[in-house]
Amino acid sequence: MAGIVGYGVHVPFYRIKVEDIAKVWGEDAEAIKTGLNIHEKSVPGRDEDAATIAVEAARRAVHHAGIKSSEVGAVYVGSESHPYAVKPTATVVIESIDASDHVMAADLEFACKAGTAGVQMVMGLVDSGMIKYGMSIGSDTSQGRPGDALEYTASAGGAAFIIGREKKEVIANILKTVSYTSDTPDFWRREGAMFPTHSGRFTGEPGYFKHITAATKLMFETTGFGPADFTYAVFHQPNGKFPVVVAKQLGFSDKQIKPGLLTPIIGNTYSGASMIGLAATLDIARPGDRILLTSFGSGAGSDSFVMEVTDNIEAKRKRAVKVSDIIGSNKVYIDYATYLKDKDFIKGR
Amino acid sequence: MEKPSAGLWRKIKSRYNLVGSTCSKCGSNYFPPRIVCRKCGRESKMEDRKFNGNGEVVSFTTIRVPPDTFKDEAPYIVGVVRLEEGPMVEGHIIENSRPIDIGTKVRTTFRKMYVDGEEGLIYYHYKFEPV
Ligand SMILES: [Zn+2]
Repeated sequence: MAGIVGYGVHVPFYRIKVEDIAKVWGEDAEAIKTGLNIHEKSVPGRDEDAATIAVEAARRAVHHAGIKSSEVGAVYVGSESHPYAVKPTATVVIESIDASDHVMAADLEFACKAGTAGVQMVMGLVDSGMIKYGMSIGSDTSQGRPGDALEYTASAGGAAFIIGREKKEVIANILKTVSYTSDTPDFWRREGAMFPTHSGRFTGEPGYFKHITAATKLMFETTGFGPADFTYAVFHQPNGKFPVVVAKQLGFSDKQIKPGLLTPIIGNTYSGASMIGLAATLDIARPGDRILLTSFGSGAGSDSFVMEVTDNIEAKRKRAVKVSDIIGSNKVYIDYATYLKDKDFIKGR
Repeated sequence: MEKPSAGLWRKIKSRYNLVGSTCSKCGSNYFPPRIVCRKCGRESKMEDRKFNGNGEVVSFTTIRVPPDTFKDEAPYIVGVVRLEEGPMVEGHIIENSRPIDIGTKVRTTFRKMYVDGEEGLIYYHYKFEPV
């Protein structure tokens, strides 16, 4: 059975506070902080993009897994901010982790769930015996149009997961995965457009809530598990509020989702969001813990996974760079003007 | 817009992964890689060696008047880092919240070095970051 053998995360160290964005647009920072449950978000350095974030996460994942990078047989990178329109981010990743030339590789795009779609793909390759290990990465430097509500949350970060099936290496078995997908125009960005467009403040119901709920309920039906059977749950987190609401609707407690809820302090890392939440949860999980993950990508779809943590997690923990260390230390706060410059949003330059 | 040369392709391993060379006869390490060992000359036996990327700052300076390539990056810091394995390596040093001084421990990180206009290549490279 395929499972997780290692993971790695990267989140840029720059932060901008809700107050600094709200001040520029004459909005009420306290109302936004309460309404969206967001305090600050990560911002990539001028020299960072979805590829550099993917590489940092991938290197940490290889180290955590304790495997030879030459044994990674597939690398998929999910992002909606791939640096090139044509020239795969995955090629930069395989070179930077020193993978074999005989590696399957491709870039994926499915809004915020491309990384979990990649996990499903490598699970199939691993379970069929076509490859020994496969890596899926979710990495983004997402853009919010200046003045748009998305500007408070669109942030940067990524996570890489290595999937394998050697019993002594797997830290969490993936017992089951299911998806729910439909043609829903809640959020999109055309080729060449700098910023995404969304259908407004009512996109939550037909988009996020409908898909996360449908995928998770399908998971309950196919496995017979209910909310009480899980130690932890992680949901996609476009803001800090939606995952709290959907968790409650599905019967989960705040305690179950707390370790994996990071958007309030790093923003929505898009393809990275649910995967970084899972990494943070695995950082503290114990053998026997059962974890539910349901991602969401606009357009729209959700992938749901049930995982069970094994005894191997403790031995590998000393090689993990903890998510709390990555996001908690070393922060550099920037103001809105620097933010605009660093994102290349200033015209006439 | 520049077209990348085959020579540049060959340097990708060094620029991404700090792959230098080591002389298996005397153990000297080099970065950038050398074809001949300085000590052993014609007797040298050179092999590729990937350095672990950890080191300490030996010297650094802040660039305030940059070349055109880095015009939007200034001010930025460049320096010389002594890797744990010995070689002295030049590179950009990222300013995070930790102070940079002589002796500061650094690790290697993966960043964009420069972007060739609107349509050219993106050049990735190692940089150093205080730990
Ligand atoms: Zn020698």
